[in-house]
Amino acid sequence: MTDSPPPSTGASAAGPPVPSAVALSGVTKAFGAVRAVDGIDLEIRAGEFFSMLGPSGSGKTTVLRMIAGFEEPTGGRVLLGGTDVTRLAPFDRDVNTVFQDYALFPHLSVRQNVEYGLKVKRVPRAERTRRAAEALAAVRLEDFAARRPAELSGGQRQRVALARALVNRPSVLLLDEPLGALDLKLRLEMQIELKQIQREAGITFVFVTHDQDEALTMSDRIAVFNAGRIEQVGTPAEVYEHPATEFVAGFVGTSNLLQGDAAAQVFGEPGLYSVRPEKIRITHPDDPAGPDECSAPGTIVEVVYAGALTRFVVDLEAGGRLVALRQNVEESSTDVARHRGSTVLLAWQRRHTVRLSARPGNTTPNDNPQ
Amino acid sequence: MELSRGARVALRLAMALGLAVIYVPLALVLVNSFNASRSFAWPPSGLSTRWWTAAWQETGLREALYTSLKAGLGATAIAVVLGTMAAFAVTRYRFFGRQAVSFLLILPLALPGIVTGIALNAAFRTVLTPLGIGFGLFTVVVGHATFCIVVVFNNVAARLRRLAPTAEEASADLGAHTFQTFWYVTLPAVRSALFAGALLAFALSFDEIVVTTFTAGPGTQTLPLWIFDNLARPDQGPIVDVVAALLIVLSIVPVYLAQRLSGEVLR
Repeated sequence: MTDSPPPSTGASAAGPPVPSAVALSGVTKAFGAVRAVDGIDLEIRAGEFFSMLGPSGSGKTTVLRMIAGFEEPTGGRVLLGGTDVTRLAPFDRDVNTVFQDYALFPHLSVRQNVEYGLKVKRVPRAERTRRAAEALAAVRLEDFAARRPAELSGGQRQRVALARALVNRPSVLLLDEPLGALDLKLRLEMQIELKQIQREAGITFVFVTHDQDEALTMSDRIAVFNAGRIEQVGTPAEVYEHPATEFVAGFVGTSNLLQGDAAAQVFGEPGLYSVRPEKIRITHPDDPAGPDECSAPGTIVEVVYAGALTRFVVDLEAGGRLVALRQNVEESSTDVARHRGSTVLLAWQRRHTVRLSARPGNTTPNDNPQ
Repeated sequence: MELSRGARVALRLAMALGLAVIYVPLALVLVNSFNASRSFAWPPSGLSTRWWTAAWQETGLREALYTSLKAGLGATAIAVVLGTMAAFAVTRYRFFGRQAVSFLLILPLALPGIVTGIALNAAFRTVLTPLGIGFGLFTVVVGHATFCIVVVFNNVAARLRRLAPTAEEASADLGAHTFQTFWYVTLPAVRSALFAGALLAFALSFDEIVVTTFTAGPGTQTLPLWIFDNLARPDQGPIVDVVAALLIVLSIVPVYLAQRLSGEVLR
């Protein structure tokens, strides 16, 4: 075992040490010359709703598949509940997966799909029937037990996949973009439902998604993936309010970056800074900014009305561009448009400025000569 | 797509004509097998089953039928085993020459039978005859298998491509060992495609004549060969009609079943 420093997972709880539900140490996966996953350390606590967030190709699904056992790491170790499972086959691991395409068995009924895991593990028929019925009730599909997957809607299939995994009472449930194929309304419903099921079952959920809203709404903690590495691990608020890197600032939420001369003029010191658009107040150029505020004068170049909000794009006198959001408490679209071309002062609390570390070596190695 | 009234009528007529060209001659053969007259006289002078009785008593015909059944079953058995294995190899694994293998497997179906026949004839003569294996049922079976493999391969490969690879992963994820996964997930998914392929393979073999001509020895006569031999004999004409009628009925069954099975929605 290598004595690498333990991954920072925030403050540890007092009491006897409980082994992490999932622990990865130095996990690497190379496909030929491509390193899909590049030396990842991660600890996921028992009972946690943990999201792995990142763009496609960032390695999050590969990490999930290594936890499930579908891929063998090229390097590093995978531990489940403190036991090394790096070389174990999927059927010897106490985890279950909800697949992106659900992967239901098309020739089996909903009930048979749900019973499958119990059947291959030779659970007696009576117990099998009872547990399958419970699992189907938990996802509100009791009335669909006799149907084939082809006769269900997307949302129902999704719930069958969930029941089929949960019926085995795994210590960890892995979910690979399970809501990706659903339409927006259903997705929002399922987000709430998933979160409820997780809380009731008390199972550790490891949830892969490329949707930042999904990750922010559902997770206890989030790991942000980029180019096969983890850029930041933290609670949704930590990741959103205090992005550690430029990538995290840009991927989670709207990117509002200032750098170079503009940054030096606004903040007094050159560097790379981020401010979330909703933190920025738009005032008249003659109004003074508060003592704890940063401010920058500029001109509104674009006004985008988006129903609940209006997005103001402001070119700063110092150079650079910031986006500010304002709730449409009173104004309507015809009113907001007249602000285009106005000179304004942008102001925001000093503590809402996040200085980003430009982490060398963590930038995307996407040097495709094209 | 909206078609004008004239176009719709014209297309329906064309369809009716096309189907008529295919099926009227077949219907005539069926009717003629019950024709009481010996000389294909039209309209039939009367209906009779005498030719069916005569055909049944024809020993050469019965032997040819058995030979054809044996050849068909043999070729189908080879095709099922090899075609299925090839389908798994091509759809489940990435290897050098995968596309080429796929292409080479399908090619025999498109090659003219006479080319396959001549080539096999030469090959058997060079390779098998020195080993003491003469032309006979065995060579016919091997000859038929070359194109029977294609239909099994095509059917099974198409089904495997439609089966999400995650279904097998899901099975393993739920705790099933490799054999359980094959038995409970993979086999049920390809079973109907496999059966459809086998039926088509058998049907292909059963009516094959060109390759058979070049691979059957003098003592081996399949049903199509027997028909071809007896067609020219005037006294056998009505019996040939009986056999043809029988084959029409026999062919409808496997083709209908195969279509039902391969068209069946995967569910």
